[in-house]
Amino acid sequence: MSKALSALSSRLVIIIPFVWLLIFFLAPFFIVFRISLSTTAIAMPPYTPVFDLADGISGILEGIREFSFDNYVWLTQDALYFNAYISSLTIAAISTFLTLLIAYPVAYGMAQAPRSIRPTLLMLVILPFWTSFLIRVYAWIAILKPEGLLNQLLLFLGVIDSPLVILNTNTAIYIGIVYSYLPFMVLPIYSALEKMDGSLVEAAQDLGCTPTTAFWKVTFPLSLPGVVAGCMLVFIPAVGEFVIPDLLGGSETLMIGKTLWNEFNANRDWPVSSAVAIILLMILVVPIMFFQNAQTKSEGR
Amino acid sequence: MKKIATALATVLLAGIAGVAQAQERVVNVYNWSDYIDQSILEEFTKETGIKVVYDVFDSNEILETKLLSGGTGYDVVVPTAHFLALQIQAGVFQKLDKSKLPNISNMWDLVNERTAKYDPGNEYSINYMWGTVGLGYNVEKVKAALGVEKLDSWSAVLDPANAEKLAGCGIYMLDSPSDILPSVLNYLGISADTTSAEDLAKAEEVMMKVRPFIRKFHSSEYINALANGDICVAVGFSGDIFQARARAEEAKQGVTVDYVVPKEGAEMWFDQMAIPADAPHVEEAHAFINYMMKPEVIAKASNYVFYANGNKTSQQFIDKAILDDPAIYPDDEMLKKLFTVSPYDPKVQRVITRLWTKVVSGQ
Repeated sequence: MSKALSALSSRLVIIIPFVWLLIFFLAPFFIVFRISLSTTAIAMPPYTPVFDLADGISGILEGIREFSFDNYVWLTQDALYFNAYISSLTIAAISTFLTLLIAYPVAYGMAQAPRSIRPTLLMLVILPFWTSFLIRVYAWIAILKPEGLLNQLLLFLGVIDSPLVILNTNTAIYIGIVYSYLPFMVLPIYSALEKMDGSLVEAAQDLGCTPTTAFWKVTFPLSLPGVVAGCMLVFIPAVGEFVIPDLLGGSETLMIGKTLWNEFNANRDWPVSSAVAIILLMILVVPIMFFQNAQTKSEGR
Repeated sequence: MKKIATALATVLLAGIAGVAQAQERVVNVYNWSDYIDQSILEEFTKETGIKVVYDVFDSNEILETKLLSGGTGYDVVVPTAHFLALQIQAGVFQKLDKSKLPNISNMWDLVNERTAKYDPGNEYSINYMWGTVGLGYNVEKVKAALGVEKLDSWSAVLDPANAEKLAGCGIYMLDSPSDILPSVLNYLGISADTTSAEDLAKAEEVMMKVRPFIRKFHSSEYINALANGDICVAVGFSGDIFQARARAEEAKQGVTVDYVVPKEGAEMWFDQMAIPADAPHVEEAHAFINYMMKPEVIAKASNYVFYANGNKTSQQFIDKAILDDPAIYPDDEMLKKLFTVSPYDPKVQRVITRLWTKVVSGQ
C-alpha cells in the first residue's frame, strides 16, 4: 500500500513540471503558432480562420485547410527581418559578454569574502530589484543625457570639453542591458564559486601553479556551469528586449522586438508578427538546448 | 501630482465597483490617461445615479488590441478617429441610438463634417476632444540655434539647413508615419491624403534628407524631453506639448515651451467616444455620452485638459485664454488649412510602415 502511494507521489512530482510546461509554454506556443498560419482580416479578432467549437469537427478541419506558411515565406522576402534578427543577436551577444566581464570579478570577490559578510553582499546584488525595472531604466536617461549627471561629472573633472552623446546610441543600450541583467549573471557564478573546494586551488599551487594559472586551470573550469547559466539568463531575454532599446536606444537600432511591435500594432498583422515570434523562439531554443546539454554533462561528471 | 490623484481615483472607483451590488447602474469608461476633470464623473453620478468605473490607457495600440480581442467589458471607449475607422469596419462598435442623445444638437458641424471621413454619417461615434500635430519648441534654445523668436513653419524641421542647426540641441519626432508623412506631403504642397507611390516617394526623400538631424523618433518621450529642456524641437500632438509646457512651468527651471500650428497647415486628430458592440451597459453608455455633450460639462473638460472640443455651444463656457489661443482653437483661416487623413487600407498601411522603417532605421 505504502509502496503504491510512494510510486504515485513520485509520479506526481514528475507530472507537476510537465503540467506547468503544458499550460505556460506549450499552450501559448500553439496559440501563437496557429495565428502565424492564418491570414489577416478586418474583423475581431483580426485574422482568419477563427475556430469555434460550435462548428464541430468539420468546421475545424475546414479551418485547418486554410492554414498556410505564406507568412514565413514573407519573412524571407524582405531583408529587414533577417537584419533585425542578426542585429538583436549581435546586441545580445555583446551585452552578454560585457555582463560576464563585470559579473565574474564581482562574483569571485563575493565568494572570496569572509563567510560572515556574504549574505550582506548577496543582499546588495539583489537590492536593485526592489525598485521597478522601468524606473531604473528611466534613471539611466537622467544619467546619460547630454546635460545629465555623467556628462556634468566628466566636464567638471575636465576629462571632456563638450558633452558626450551617449543617450540614444547603441552604447546606451549596452549600458542598460548590462546594468539590468547583471544580477542574473552574478548569482549563478557566485553559487558555482562558493560551492568550490578551496583546497583544490591550494593543491594546484603546491604542485607549482602560479595563482593565475591555478585560476585558469582550476577555478574557471569549475565555475563554467555557473558561467553558462548566467550567459543564458542574460542572452535569452536580451535578444527579445524591447523596453531598453526603446527608451535608451536611438532610432537606428533595429531590433526584433521593435519589428514585432510594428507588425502587430502598425500593420495590425497579427499573423506575420506571430511568425516573427515563432522564428525568434526557434532561434532561442538552440541555446537553451545547448545549455541543457552542458548541464547534463556537468551533472554526469 | 495630478497623475497620482487620477490613478488613486481610478483604483478607488474600481474598488467601489467591485463591492457594488448587482442592481446598481454602472457605466465602464475607458479613456486616455489625464484626460478628464474627475468632478465631471462625480456630478454625472449625482445627476443620474449611474456609477462610473473609469479606467485609462495611454496608447491607441493598447486600446485597439483589447477591442479586437473582444470582451473588454467597457461601455464607452475613446479611440482616435484614424484608428476608429478600421475598428468600425472590423465590427468592434455598435451604432449609436441618436434618440437617446438629444444633446447631439450642440455639436459643431465643422468637426462633424471632418469626423464623417472616419465614421460616415457619424453613426458610431461622438467627438470628445480634437487637436493638431504641430511643432513644440524650447523658446530660448530655438532662438540660440536659429536666431528667431518664434517658429511658424514646417521648414524648421523639414528643411535640412534648419534641421542641421537644430540637430545640436535636439529634434524629436513622432514615431508615427500616419501623422508625419501627411504633414510632409502638405508641406510639399501635395494633398496630404494621397497614397500614390510617386508622392510617397517625395515625402520619403524629404525625410531621408533630414533624418540624420533627428535625434529620436518616439511617440511619447518628447513630453519629458521638452519639459526638462533636453531637446529644442518636437513634432508632436498639441495636447502632449501643452502638458510639457505646463510641466516646464511647474518645474521653474527656466524652460519655456511653446506650441505652434505651422502656417502651411497641420493634421487634425479627433478622439471619439464610441460604444463597443459587446458593451454590457448600453443604456448607461448612451446616458454618459449624452451627458458629455452638455455644453457646461464638456467646457469644463476642455478648461481642465486644454484641448478644443467638438461642441459648438460649449464655447461660451470655455475660458477665454483657451478659446482665444490659436494653438488650441485656430482661427477660421487656419481651420481651413487644417487637414484630415483618410485611414489607410491594410495594403497601403504595409507600404507606409515599411517606408517609415526605412526612414527611422535607415534599413
